[in-house]
This record gives sequence, structure tokens and C-alpha cells, in this order.
Amino acid sequence: MSLKSYFKDKLVSKDFDAQLKKIQKPVGTLGYDPWGFNAETNRLVLSLYSGVYNKYFRVQTDGIENIPTKGPVLIIANHSGQLPIDGTLIAYALATRKKDPRMPRAMIERFFPTIPFLGNLLNQIGAVLGDPVNCAKMLANDEAVIVFPEGIRGSGKLYKDRYQLQRFGNGFMHLAMKYNATIIPAGVVGCEETIPAIANIKPLAKMLGVPYAPVALPLVLPAKVRLNFGQPMKFDGGDVREEEITRRVEQVKSVISDLIDKGLSERKRLF
Amino acid sequence: MIKNKKPKILVTGAAGALAQQVINRLRDDYQIVAVDFRKQTYLSDDIPSYQINFNKRVFEDLFRKFEFDGVIHLGRITSSEETRMRRYNANVLGTQKLLELSHKYNIKRVIVLSTYHVYGANAYNPALIDETAPLKAAELTMDLIDSVELENLANIYLWKYRDLNITILRPCNIVGPGVQNTMSSLLSSKHAPVLAGFSPVMQFIHIDDMADAIVLSYEKNKSGIYNVAPEDWVSYQEALSLCGCSRVPLPSIPPALPKFITKVMGLNIFPQFLLNYFKYSVVIDGRSFNQTFGFKVKRPLKEIFRFYREMKRHD
Repeated sequence: MSLKSYFKDKLVSKDFDAQLKKIQKPVGTLGYDPWGFNAETNRLVLSLYSGVYNKYFRVQTDGIENIPTKGPVLIIANHSGQLPIDGTLIAYALATRKKDPRMPRAMIERFFPTIPFLGNLLNQIGAVLGDPVNCAKMLANDEAVIVFPEGIRGSGKLYKDRYQLQRFGNGFMHLAMKYNATIIPAGVVGCEETIPAIANIKPLAKMLGVPYAPVALPLVLPAKVRLNFGQPMKFDGGDVREEEITRRVEQVKSVISDLIDKGLSERKRLF
Repeated sequence: MIKNKKPKILVTGAAGALAQQVINRLRDDYQIVAVDFRKQTYLSDDIPSYQINFNKRVFEDLFRKFEFDGVIHLGRITSSEETRMRRYNANVLGTQKLLELSHKYNIKRVIVLSTYHVYGANAYNPALIDETAPLKAAELTMDLIDSVELENLANIYLWKYRDLNITILRPCNIVGPGVQNTMSSLLSSKHAPVLAGFSPVMQFIHIDDMADAIVLSYEKNKSGIYNVAPEDWVSYQEALSLCGCSRVPLPSIPPALPKFITKVMGLNIFPQFLLNYFKYSVVIDGRSFNQTFGFKVKRPLKEIFRFYREMKRHD
């Protein structure tokens, strides 16, 4: 606790601290929320992450102002790059948005809570176990939630399949309709190149109890990342057949595909 | 005599600090009869107190003698006490006997104290677990079966005998002066074990607030199942720091290793079957209780932790 405060004082600049204080995130008396978010750790990690975001990945965003300033929001994006770097970059982008920043929550794979240190750290900076109950309760709490409907199908895919959208689950659409949440489609370009994998050793993954075991360089490459956010999408609730839900999901997927194409066409070089 | 016209309540678990707090709050308006399976506790001249095994026939004599209006069942042998079999007999079969007698003697109000442990601690738990979530503790550890069984039993009676008006309370960690459960012992100790790399989110309720919640649920009579927890959270390791405990990390992976260590070292303060509760968060949603009963805790987390910190300073 005191060590954390010490590092926070040393590492978090006054301007950055003032920017983060603009975020209205309800927490308990000791700075925690029920999903394990901790305001102090988050401030420290975001501050350390600014170099990664600005200097290493040189992230460029477009349309971040499309994300509503309040109310339940689902940021739906393509998933790539073995590790959830894309989620952290989207979260950083929104948390440091000049006007009305928000602290979004990223839904993460189910095996993360079992990993010592990392699971806790992810929780403290706002990541949440990807469970529909969590997502529902957060939307009811007016949070902005980042969802990757491809799940591990997206993050675990090989480099040869880059930027090919995998099957989307329908869960996010059900939740958006039930909680009247705004959907913001997002196309992430660049994360596919951060950890390009040429193969997946399935028996090893099974042995380790992880979703995939990629054959890749043991480092994260400094690819330039572009985050393109689309226009808000709203879908009426009510009793809708699953076929219609799938059609709506495809509609979101097609917008994301266009946003990815836009990012790819704007890109001049990989790094 | 006016005194005898007061409604009568049987309070179980009288040797525990929580029951005594509840009794203190009710004694002016009710005639209290206190029982405990563990020991006889003197409370005051006007409160009859018995050490009694609920499974013995003499227990029924109390119902005949006092004609209770209500029962507040707080007595439970906790998982760290006694053998599994004795616990099962006392907690599950004893509760069944208590509920049967309550029905037989036309009791109109029953409060049963359960625990958030019944939800089980696993990596896939969502946060803010509500009362409709499945009770998974039994699948994870045999040592918590009696907690789940006690709940199931109370549930069956809740629906079978609606006139009993059973209210089941599932509180988060009850802590504070006099509480002797695992969590309170950990917060009281100077050095407390933690699982390296794991610091689950926890909820704590002060014993006085919990006593208020029990009294409120008895008086308002809205039967059902309710989580009881304040809308405030803290990680286990930070709670220890705030209580002035130094943390002693135990290796956490593979999972068999901390189990082996706690067993070999005989670490009763960190029981093997509760290890997952120090690894994965079990965060319950107490909003239904708060809204139904208009309940709000009066003692914030900082006050709870200050008590433990100051207690160490005086040692």
C-alpha cells in the first residue's frame, strides 16, 4: 500500500493524475469495486503504460469521441495478437480521452484468474472475467465494457489468418438489447503484428491448461497500432428470434470489417 | 406478569459473540431463551440459558415449556471446529430437528444464519453473486458440505412450511470484537498467511451491523433468502495491511502445494478447505437485502480495520 503510494508519487505526473481524476468511476471507500478494480493501482499502471501506448505502439485513434460520455456501452472489437494487448490499448485510449474520459472494463479469458500475480493485476486495472453475469451487472451499473466476441478464436489465430474475422458469439447482442446499451464497433489494426504466431501446439496448450500455445518470437514487436471507432449502434430490445439476433451481430461484424479495412488502407508500413 | 407477555424467542449459538449482540438488542422487547451445543453461557438472570444437543429428546421440552414465537438460529459449529461427522450431526441434523419442532409448535418466525461460503470459491465466479446462483461449495470441498446441506434443508422447509416464515441470511465475512471465526483470527494475528500472487476481493461486515441485520430481518418478517454484505470491497492482502498484519506468502502453484504446506504445518488459522477463498473472489450482491429491509451498515471498513490494528498495539 505505502510502496504503491510511493511509486505513484514518483511516477505519475501531475497532469496525468489530473486527467485520470476526471474519470468518474464509482468505487468503495478503499478504492475498490466489486470486480477488483483498484483506483490507485490503475492510476500507476496507466501512467507506466503511457510510454507503451505513445512510444512503443504509437497508437493512433479515430472516432474515440463516438463513445458516449455516460450510460451503458459495449465496445465491440476484433481480437488478435495472442495477448490481450488490444484490450489494454482501447482502455488506455478511452481513459485518456481529453473530453469526458471513461474507464472501460475489458472482458478477459477465463483462465486469467488462475494465473498468480497477473490475474490480480488485470482485475485491479479494470479487466473482468468474461462471464455474461459480470457483463450484465456492469451494464446495469452504466459501465463501458470492451468485448471481443471472437474470444480465443480471434486472439489465438495464426499470422496467416490475420485480419480475418472469426465467428462472433451472439451473447453481446442479447446483453446490449436487454440493458439498452450503445454498441461502438471498433477495428484494431496492428495488434496482429505484435506477436505473429506460425503454429499452435495444441497438446502443449492442453497440458498447460491454456487455450493455445503459439509458436512465436518471445517478444512483443513494436507494430504501429490504429484504433478506428465507428458510429454508435442501437438495437431495440423485446422478444427477438435468434435468427434476427445473428443478423444484427453480422451487421456489427460487417461494420468492424469495414473499420479494419479502413485501418489497413491507411497504414503505410507495419512498424 | 407483564414480563411473561413478551413474545418469546429461542436464540441458538448463545456462546458466540454474534448471538450475544443479537440478544442484547432484543432482550427489552422479547423474552429470550438461549441455547448452545458447545457450552452453557451465563447471560443474565432473566435469560434462561442451556447447553443442549438439538438431537436429544430433551430439546423438545424447551418448546413445550416456553411456547416460543420465533427462533433465531445462529448456532453452527464452524468448519474449523470438530470432525466432519460431528459437524454434520450438529449443523444439519440438529437444524432439521429444530425446524421440525418449530413447525410442530406453530412458530411463526425463523431466521437461519448461513454463510457466503455456500457459493464456493472458484476461478469462474462472477462478481456480485446474487441469491439465485447455484451453491457450488459442496463440489469443491467435502468440508463445506454441511453448510450447503443446512441451506438446502432450510430451503426445503421455507417452501414446505410457509407459516414458519423462514429467512435465510448469507452474510459475507463477519468480523469485529469477540468474533472467533477464521477471518477474524487472521485479521487479529500479527503474521497472516497469503497465497503468493493472489489477493481476492473480499467483503466484511462488522458484528454490530450483522446483529442489526438479524434483528431487522426478524422484526420485518419478509421471508426468503438474502445475501448480507455492505457495498464496499477490499482485497484480502490490503485488508491485512490495514489491520497491521505482516503477510507471509505461501507458494500458490501448483494448487496441491499450499494444501500440503498447511496440512504439514498444521496451520489451523488457514484451513486447507478454505484455501480457495483466499485465492478467488466470492463477491456477493447484498442489494436485495438492503432494499427489502432498508438496511445500511453503520461501521465502514476503515473502522473495522482500525479495531484490529489497535488491538495489536495493546497486545
